[in-house]
Amino acid sequence: MTAFLAIIARDLRLATRVGGDALTLVLFFVMVGVIVPFAIGPDSATLSRLAPGIVWIAAFLSMLLGLDRLFRADDEDGSLTLFRHAALPLEAIVAAKVIAHWLLTALPLIIASPILAVLLAMDFAAWEKTVLSLLLGTPGLVALGTIGAAVTVSLRRGGLIAPVLILPLSIPILIFGTGAIATGNPDGISNAALLFLSAISLVTLALAPFAAALALRLSED
Amino acid sequence: MTTEIALKKPNWFSRIANPGQFLAWSRGFVAPLSILTAILFAIGLYYAFFDSPPDYQMGQTVRIMYIHVPNAWLSQFVYGVMAVASIGTLVWRHPLADVAAKSAAPLGAVFTGLALFSGSLWGRPTWGTFWEWDGRMTSTLILFLIYLGIIALWRAFEDQGRAGRVIAVFTLVGALDIPVVKFSVDWWNTLHQPASVLSMSGEHVAPAILIPLLVMTLAFTLLFITLHIVRMRTEIFRRRAESLERQAAANLMA
Repeated sequence: MTAFLAIIARDLRLATRVGGDALTLVLFFVMVGVIVPFAIGPDSATLSRLAPGIVWIAAFLSMLLGLDRLFRADDEDGSLTLFRHAALPLEAIVAAKVIAHWLLTALPLIIASPILAVLLAMDFAAWEKTVLSLLLGTPGLVALGTIGAAVTVSLRRGGLIAPVLILPLSIPILIFGTGAIATGNPDGISNAALLFLSAISLVTLALAPFAAALALRLSED
Repeated sequence: MTTEIALKKPNWFSRIANPGQFLAWSRGFVAPLSILTAILFAIGLYYAFFDSPPDYQMGQTVRIMYIHVPNAWLSQFVYGVMAVASIGTLVWRHPLADVAAKSAAPLGAVFTGLALFSGSLWGRPTWGTFWEWDGRMTSTLILFLIYLGIIALWRAFEDQGRAGRVIAVFTLVGALDIPVVKFSVDWWNTLHQPASVLSMSGEHVAPAILIPLLVMTLAFTLLFITLHIVRMRTEIFRRRAESLERQAAANLMA
């Protein structure tokens, strides 16, 4: 357990240090929300109707673009080789990195979502539902992303391939995430969609570390 | 004293595992398979366009089905081939499994693209729209994107051996979409028509339409097999050429 927590702490420390760019992704997230009104017009009614979807797309893009940092730095400085031969199973190490990555990318996004809610004329109820769906859906997104990051870790210029690989597989998360907000139902949240969303997140959290660890092992030089 | 080395006759396993053996026996298959494919297409297309009845609801546009349905079936079948090849790479380290997977990916992508395109053309006169985000079409589009992602992955790696193993993992993860595509017409209340040929309660299709459909499916399947064998042969030759180039470059420097 201490090794598991140590990996999470290590990732958190590395990202928040001088060389790390912990908040750049949040900046990107906010910027997507800023440019959308320029693209679709500033009409508040349209914006508030489309706002949950826009927030989800912004979160989606930010998380997909941030996948590279999962294993790239470790691969470059040799830590990945140590991970592959460590006493702690590689699957557990990947799971620890999933938790750390979620804390570093998804949590700041969710904390920054009020900014987007204001910019996109979201009312409080819609924002609450969006936060809940993001909280339930982003863990699954991070877990799925580790598979893409693990598959492309040995590519020198693998830049955009990991998002391209993971995007088709994460479309169900997007469908149920926005479906849960259920803009057609003003009082409640779509329970079925939330349950599906949670199910997808739980299953990917459970199974993705195995697939990602296998891909990492097979990428060894 | 000379010892005789008994040359063992190649057994069935080495015939499919050894690249040289594969090249040897597959050479004789290409021409006959191509001719058979052409014959089946000729028969199937004749039946499809001239000798089968128009649908009572859709009229003559039903003939697009003879192109659309085989392509749709093959888009899933080819992914199944890739998934089996991926298991061959990961579990048995089969030498030709990654060649098979790499060769099948572009073929599957084309079949999926043609299924989407022909379906879209068919949808316009029958449903009034080129596209609808229903379960079947969305999941098939996702399948198409997965194919393209796999092709992009193959091109991104320098070391094709490592590429084969890593892409095998990704292919198996992407295989989760196949049951979704197959059962999407049952799980969702969808615009696309439900399964009529391979559904649990047996066939719902009249023989006059079923026979040409099966002939066209067989023709397309043979087309895939022929092209797959040709692509595998080409890939093996390409790898040999590359290794010869590398040897030549090494000799130059030595």
